[in-house]
Formats: sequence, structure tokens, C-alpha cells
Amino acid sequence: MTTQVKNRLNVEVNGIAIDCGTDARVLDAIRSAGFDVPTLCYDERVGPQGTCRMCLVDVEVNGQIQQVAACTAFASDEMRVETHSDSITDYRKTILEMLLSETSSPTNCPKCVSFKKCELHTAAEEYDAKWDAFPSLVVREKAKDDNPFIQRDYDYCISCFRCTNICNDWEQAGAITVEGRGQENSIATFFNNKLIESPCTFCGQCINTCPTGALTDKKIVGTTKAENLERTKSICPYCGVGCGIHLLTEDGQLKGTEPDFDSPSRGSLCVKGQFASWEFVKSGERLKYPLIKENGSFRRASWDEALNLVTERFTSIRDDSGPDSLVCWSSARTVTEANYLMQKFARIGIGTNNIDNCSRT
Amino acid sequence: MAVMVGKGAMTNSIEELAGTDLLLVVGSNTTEAHPVISLRMKRSVKNGAKLIVIDPRKIELTKWATRHLQINIGTDIPLFNAFAHVMIKEGLYDREYVEHRTEGFDELAKHVEFYTPEYAAEICGVPAEDIIATAREYAAASGKAAICYTLGITEHSCGSHNVQSVANLGMLGGNFGKPNAGVNPLRGQNNVQGASDSGALPTDLPGYQKVERPGVREKFEKAWGADLPKRRGITKITAMDQMLRGKVKGVYIMGENTVISDPNTNHAQAALEATDFIVVQDIFMTDTAKLADVVLPAASFAESDGTFANSERRVQRVRPAIKPVGESRTDVDILFDLMKRFGVVQNLNSSSDVWDEMRQLAPIFTGITYDRLDSEGGIQWPCPTEDHPGTQFLHEHEMDSGMPGYFAPVDHIPPAEPTDSEYPLILTTGRRRSTYHTGTQTGRATGFELLVPSELAEINPFDAEQMELADGQKVTVSSRRGSVEVPIKITDRSPHGTVFMSFAFPELTQTNRLTSDAYDFITETPEFKACAIRIDTIEAAPPPTD
Repeated sequence: MTTQVKNRLNVEVNGIAIDCGTDARVLDAIRSAGFDVPTLCYDERVGPQGTCRMCLVDVEVNGQIQQVAACTAFASDEMRVETHSDSITDYRKTILEMLLSETSSPTNCPKCVSFKKCELHTAAEEYDAKWDAFPSLVVREKAKDDNPFIQRDYDYCISCFRCTNICNDWEQAGAITVEGRGQENSIATFFNNKLIESPCTFCGQCINTCPTGALTDKKIVGTTKAENLERTKSICPYCGVGCGIHLLTEDGQLKGTEPDFDSPSRGSLCVKGQFASWEFVKSGERLKYPLIKENGSFRRASWDEALNLVTERFTSIRDDSGPDSLVCWSSARTVTEANYLMQKFARIGIGTNNIDNCSRT
Repeated sequence: MAVMVGKGAMTNSIEELAGTDLLLVVGSNTTEAHPVISLRMKRSVKNGAKLIVIDPRKIELTKWATRHLQINIGTDIPLFNAFAHVMIKEGLYDREYVEHRTEGFDELAKHVEFYTPEYAAEICGVPAEDIIATAREYAAASGKAAICYTLGITEHSCGSHNVQSVANLGMLGGNFGKPNAGVNPLRGQNNVQGASDSGALPTDLPGYQKVERPGVREKFEKAWGADLPKRRGITKITAMDQMLRGKVKGVYIMGENTVISDPNTNHAQAALEATDFIVVQDIFMTDTAKLADVVLPAASFAESDGTFANSERRVQRVRPAIKPVGESRTDVDILFDLMKRFGVVQNLNSSSDVWDEMRQLAPIFTGITYDRLDSEGGIQWPCPTEDHPGTQFLHEHEMDSGMPGYFAPVDHIPPAEPTDSEYPLILTTGRRRSTYHTGTQTGRATGFELLVPSELAEINPFDAEQMELADGQKVTVSSRRGSVEVPIKITDRSPHGTVFMSFAFPELTQTNRLTSDAYDFITETPEFKACAIRIDTIEAAPPPTD
């Protein structure tokens, strides 16, 4: 008998046949078949934890049916997966109702109100889970921490530990940890110090992985209405890593930014990208109209006046001293298209190769 | 690096850094200057990779390092030559790679014979056994060892030779053209790659096509319907010298705070003041804009349509979310208008039109379209055709120039300004995580004053004790070119004899009044990483607190 080593697995999800790699988890198979299950404790950057049990599904292998957590269990050849059987659906609803009983009212959830419906409340709606199905167990307090960046509303914490995992395993800052056990547990800095006194780098990844309203961007929360918010895909304006962000706008006004999880940076940002990438845009100190210097001070000018003056002076310098007496310095801060036009302007508008950018400084 | 293997860009991709066997990080304070790239490095260490950090300062990344080679500032070349010495002497280099893909090995071997680990140890101030161990480990990880470097390598008067010595090691290790390896310069600004990609260089037309190479100019002349200047242009550094000599009379500056970001502020300021006519196009009234004759209000990134290219050669879309504030206009719109006034005839009406013209003229971008960027996300050049997926890592089949990689024998050149009894300390400059460049953006974000309240002169505890300095004490830091006032921060991040400062708080502390205008003679990159300074107290040390 010859054994053939297969490098693809045949898996059936809800009756749909797919093939996946030999290292695929059941969750990967489910998602590549176009289905989904709630994954409240899962962040792909850290890997599976298997603690929230929301992704439990029925799998059938060799005629045996069992329940596995889709995030941790590996797919196997000829596996059949059912994601929404009646018993599993009931089970998810019960877990959600138990989680909801530990949190404050969904109507006040900071993430749902100011950003978009959080993962917990999205799942609760999908499974018709009631907030008051069980007696309320809200025992946590709001963190007393006046840092200007991260709002911690532990009334909405479901102890999924995504924040501590991302902090310790991905950012490896080691700023926050789990304090206490069981129902008494809470997320804290060591010795319950303020975040600003901890090793926190304020990268904001705890906020962005949090599946509830427990952690939010303090600069934005409360200033926006989720239902009015529009998102525009863009790129962080700081260093050369080029992390993806979304610009958040409401009625044509810039209200903040969020990481873009569908970009190669996988939703990660640093303190600048997370907390400093939009306020400067709205600064009252932005230049709003062209200026011409006369007798040592600036006066407001029209675009026509300013650009005519530039044309006139550059042309006369070129006519008197030749095109190489003019130089153009382009910008590493603006779009490539503007840089392209700048070099084209220098070369055929003025007639010089004296074009450089700030890549040396 | 362009001289040796084709192009100055990361050979490999950011994500690949998470899967290396060995990371050699030199002159890069990655956790602070490129925090999100450092996540991949930390991940790699967690997966078992060795991390060797080479830096004069005890930077944060050393917490994850297998070994920290705390070299004396500006001694990278003897160190890398010694690595090469060990690998060649012990026969640890990748023979097959060297034989088939490179030229100049014999010259290099002869050249580095002189650079024994013991000799390098003396110059670099690190133990010879650490140099030997590092060379052996780098060789053992052949094909899966990545080198990352930043301005700690390039911002020296011997910057291009530094890069060549680093690239020599990459070739000896056979680390070009393979995943999770390569030699990777991490770029500093959001679109510094794109600015160079687009041909905003005195020697290059778009896509790194040389102005002076036969046939190139003719191609662009035909496409643009105009004559092009034949001779290469001058760099910024040369231009500033020529301003002082009256040869450059007018300058157009787009989106750059030259006065604050360039070395030797007094020199930069004098150069601009000597210029007859200055145009500055920016979003704020920067110190540079204040010197202008005409200031044109530009739109910010949040109001602009176009692309940025990141460190890993990935072209990504930037989209306008709001209208330009006030009467400001996007850089693209301003230039359309200006070019028309200069008689440039072009049928371009949008950023998308501009990109299309550029990609038709530059083969490395031809396959990248706005439609693809919108549906697929960012694409890495080279991408020659629309069905090409983009290039995750360079040099897979041959060096990109179509030629082998050339080994470049280089020698140690000490920093241009040595210390002496009058200026006994070295100043090195760089970034901190929560401030950026000249502070025009981070300086306007609330809360950031809590993270780093002002500029700080970071000094080693031993030096502080010798000079009787206390934490927070305000001092005058002076160089031969100028002086600034700044509070002291005592920290063992700074090595003995070296002071660190950033340049993000220009309102109170213009660090670049101190820095030297020595620069690399090939790339003309300034030597920001070393100049001689002295520290004088201006007020008594505050009383010690318990």
C-alpha cells in the first residue's frame, strides 16, 4: 500500500467543499468558504486563544461528531464543518447573554455610539441575545486614569484578554496585565499605576483590538456619532513604514483616524499614527491663503497675483542668469504625483535638472 | 547601495522580517523611528531568531537583542570589514553565491585581510570575540539573515562607504535575492521613497532612469514635447553653497522645513537669506516659510489624492477625505496652474492622469494602476506589466541592474569633526518615538507634551557626574557653529562621551544650529550623527530630591 502525502486538505463547510493548506485551522476553512463565526478573543496577529468559546462549531471526522473551537483546532482532510447548528446557535446565545450580564447597557457602549457597532454587540444582535437575560454582574469600576489617549471603561470589559495579549505578545511593551481571578479579574498596569507611568508606548493597539467599548480613543470618543461617520482609506503621514489608516469624517469635517486592518500593516500603528495623525490638519495655524512679502512683512494675496509674481520673477532670473541659477526642492511629505510634476516643472518649465528632495535629511 | 546592486530601497519586505533566522540591525533605533517595523523584529526574536544590534547608544531594541555591539560613533566600516575578514578567513562565506552573482571578491579579500577582529576591536571599542561570534552567526544564517539600517549608517561623512561595507557583508552571506533576508534601508519619511521614485533627483528622471544615460533624455523629450537640460543638476547641499556665492538666485521649496531640518541652521538660514527670490509651498508658516517672498498654502495629506511609496517599495493610495482648508490647494493643483503659466502644455487634469503619464515612462511602475491599487491594495515595484503581482523581494534572478553585485573595498574614515579639549563631547541626533522631525505635526497633537515635554540632552551618568550635572538642569550646548539651551537628561542610553538630541522642538531648541555641514562626498548626505560639542551650565543644579 502506498501512502500519498497530501499538501492540500479537502474540507466541507456547511455543504460547501473547499481545499485549504495543511496548516489551516478550522476558522481559516470557515472563512475561506465564505462563512463566519464570532471570535471575541481572537486577534490574528497574536494567534488563537480559545477562551471565549464563541467560535465553537460542530465538526465531523470519520463519522464522529464533536465540538471544537474553530480558532484553535486544525482542519483535517475530509472534515465536515457545521457552523450554525441549532444547538451551537443556542449555546452561543447563552454565552453572549452571560457576557452581556457582566457589562453595562448596550445603548451606552462607547464604541457603538461613537465609532461603529462593537464585536460583542454585533454578535448579540445576530444571536438575539438579551442584555438582561441574567442578573447583572457589573462589578468593575472605570479606571481612574487621566491620560489623554486611552479611555478605559471596564464596565464593558468581557475579560477576553485581547488587550493584554496584543500588549505583551505583539507590541511586547508589557504595560498591562490581568489582575485578580475569575469574576474579580480586571486589566491593570503593574501595581495599578497610571498608564503614563507604565511601559505603555501608547501605540493604541489595545484600543483597536478590543471587541467591546471597554477601550476607546479618548480624543475621539464622545465627539462623533457612529451612524454619521464616514471612512476614507489613506496612509499614515509620518514615517516610511506606510501603515494603513482610515480618515474619519462627519459632514465633511475631519474627526479622527483609525487603523486600516486590511492594509499590510495589519491594523498596527504607533503613538504618532494612532494619536497624532489628524489634529495638525485641523490646526487654526494652517495657511489659508497665498502671502506675498512686502517691505519685510506678509500680506494676503490672490492665487493669480502670487503665481504671476512667481512666474515673473523666475522668468526674469532665468533670462538674466540662466536656468541653472534656479533650484526646486521637492517633498518627501507630499504625494508622488506632486513630486513628479515638480521635477517636470524644473526640467521643462524652467529648463534645469536642479531638482532635489529631502531624502538626504 | 545603488552603485553596487542597483537601487536604493529595501531589498525585502517588512513582513519578511518576522521570519528571519538572524537580524542584524545597525544604526537604526527601530522601536522609536519605525515602531511598526520593530514589531516584526520582536516577532522574529520570539520565534527564535538571533538579533544583533549595532549602535553607539543603548537603544530600546537592545532589550530584545542577543548581542549589543556598542561601537564608537562612526566606526561601522572597520567593524563590517572585520566581519568580512572573519567570514573569508574561516571560509564561512557563501561560495556559490559569490562565484555566480558577484564581482570583485579577490580585491575585497585582499583589502579586509588587514582588518583583523583585534584591529577593529581597538577602533570600534567592542570585544574582538563579539565581532568573531557575530560574523560566524551571520554566516551560519546564510540565506535567511536580514540586515536593516537607517540614518545611523547614512548620516555620516562616510555614509555611502558605510552602506557599501554593509552591502559587502550581505553579498558574502548570500543574502540577496532570497526571502527573509537582504539588506534593508528603512526610509524615514512617509513618501521619501516616492519622491525619489518620481525623479525629483538631480541625476535621475522618473523610475531611476539616468539623465545622462544615452537614450533616456530623448525618450522623455519625445513624451513631453520639449527639450530637456543635458547636464545633471545640483543637490540641495551644493545649491546652498551656491546661494551663498550668488550663483543660485531663486528657489522653489515644496513641503520642507529646510531651516530646521538641515544641518548647521545658521548656514542654511544665511544661504536662503542670500537668495533673491524664495517660494515656499507648505501647510504651515514654518521657519523656512518666514524667509520666503511668496508663500503658497498647500493642502494636507487628508485633502490630497495620490500615492505614497513606503520603505518596502509599496505604492499605496492616499485619498482626500475633506476639502482643502481656506483657499489652500493641493500640491498637484498648484503645480498644474504654475506649469501652465510657464507654457508647459500637458493634458493632465488629476493625480490619476499624472500617475498614468509617469507609469508609461517608467517601466518599474508600468503595471501599477489606480484601479489595481483600489482593488488589490498597495503594490510593490518593480511591476512591469498589469498582470505582474509586484515584487516582494529584489534580485531573485540577478542583480536588478542586469549585472552582478560588485564588492566595494572601503576604508575607515573617522567623523569629520573630532573632539578636542574645547569641544570634548560628541553630539549625535535622531528621533524619539512620540515626536517627529521638526515637530510641525506632533507639536500640534494634544497630550504629546506629557510624553516628551521638551528637547532633552541625553547624557551618560558618568559624564554627568564628572561635569556635576543634574537631571533637568538647564545647560548651554555649543558647537563651533552655534549654541542652544536645553535641559539635561541623565541616562545610560547615551554612551560615555556622547550626547543625544532630537530636533523636534525648534521653538525652544534648534538642535541643528549645532550640527556640522560635513557631508558624504558621493550622496551629499549630511553628517547629522556626529559633531563636537561642549556643555556649559547656565544655572545651578536643582537641589536633589529624595
